[in-house]
Amino acid sequence: MSQDVTIYITDRNGQRHEVQAPTDMNMNVMEVIRSYELAEEGTIGICGGMAMCASCQCYILNDVVSLERNPEEEAMLWEAYHVKDNSRLGCQIPITEDLEGLELEIAPEQ
Amino acid sequence: MIETDILIIGAGPTGLFAVFEAGLLKLKCHIIDGLPQPGGQLTELYPKKPIFDIPGFPSVLAGDLVNNLMEQIKQFQPGFTLGEVAEKIQKLDDGTFIVTTNKGTEHKAKAVAIAGGLGSFEPRKPILKDLEFYELEDRGVEYFVKDPEKYRGKRVVISGGGDSALDWSIFLSNVASEVTLVHRRNEFRGALDSVEKVQELKHAGKIRLITPGEVIGFKGSERIESVDIEVNGARMNVETDYFIPLFGLTPKLGPIAHWGLEIEKNAIVVNNALDYQTNIEGIYAIGDVNTYPGKLKLILCGFHEATLMCQSVYNKLNPGKKYVLKYTTVSGVDGFDGSRKEAEKAVVKAIE
Repeated sequence: MSQDVTIYITDRNGQRHEVQAPTDMNMNVMEVIRSYELAEEGTIGICGGMAMCASCQCYILNDVVSLERNPEEEAMLWEAYHVKDNSRLGCQIPITEDLEGLELEIAPEQ
Repeated sequence: MIETDILIIGAGPTGLFAVFEAGLLKLKCHIIDGLPQPGGQLTELYPKKPIFDIPGFPSVLAGDLVNNLMEQIKQFQPGFTLGEVAEKIQKLDDGTFIVTTNKGTEHKAKAVAIAGGLGSFEPRKPILKDLEFYELEDRGVEYFVKDPEKYRGKRVVISGGGDSALDWSIFLSNVASEVTLVHRRNEFRGALDSVEKVQELKHAGKIRLITPGEVIGFKGSERIESVDIEVNGARMNVETDYFIPLFGLTPKLGPIAHWGLEIEKNAIVVNNALDYQTNIEGIYAIGDVNTYPGKLKLILCGFHEATLMCQSVYNKLNPGKKYVLKYTTVSGVDGFDGSRKEAEKAVVKAIE
């Protein structure tokens, strides 16, 4: 069994949650948020994780994950609202063991 | 007034397949969809992306799946009201329904199947002063290119950096007198052939490209006369007849949220896996738009739900009538257009 990682997620109401995310189920940050229902269904992961809607935009609050965006993610964020330097799309961050202790905040609805 | 047996709201894969299953039971369907073309998310969001979990298709492009479904239901002659959003529903005393769209088109049906997916797609709008004024009837701001002929000989400014901005710029470059494409970045995100085509048209002088740029305002007293564009901190003014911002679409449950249906987590609650009827008799919800314990938002589950819904409507409309499930291989498919598809008969012949 691979280890779960602990991730700290602040929801859109400002509440901070500590959640356990499995590293062996090919999940990403957007899916973890959905599986814990930390954002209302229908307001996150709308495109299913294709980096095509920015509904899973997150602000990365510590240096556990790189702020470097992949090209599709970057292009989507050019057109999104509320984008900051530390914005990433949750669907483009796979859950790996390196993510232990990641702290992030879900961006407002688009 | 358009009359039908089952009125389907949503022309995505689930709604389209429902036409087939209804047709086998001799029920006619009509489909309403807010987008100008059938296919829902599949054509609007990811037509060129593959899907790997459609049974029997190791891989199928979303756009091809929609084309196949359209071909599959053709003989059942579904009606379409496209580019209009189902807005109001009225249940009559005889149990039938009247559904009216935002454009006032009325549909009368014996049953309603909401196959609305994530909801109706609404355009993401730029944040601009006076946008509401210029959005009104033919004042120059449009979010969809519904009728390209409208732009013949006109000047058009398109804004956006994705496939639809690229594709419409390419298309309108042959229709409009002038096409200007404005995007916040030099880089575009789209299919490679679209990006290359725009590059070509730019060099040929058929598309004027303004990057990195952003439309920041309008001029025009009655309707749009020009747009102000910020380019690298400087400002320029471009005369135009139309401004078409194409910043993508976001789905919203929309008017169906106010039809008195039980809603949970932005989805319509149905009677768990029996026939997907909602709390209002005669209104069904199938595909991604519904929820019940164990719900999975998969196209293949939508197909199953559509099938059960059709059986339920049949039983409701023909109470007590004997019916047994038919296999298409055995019974063939009789279209409403008079066509018949059937398996080739085996021969009974001695081999000597």
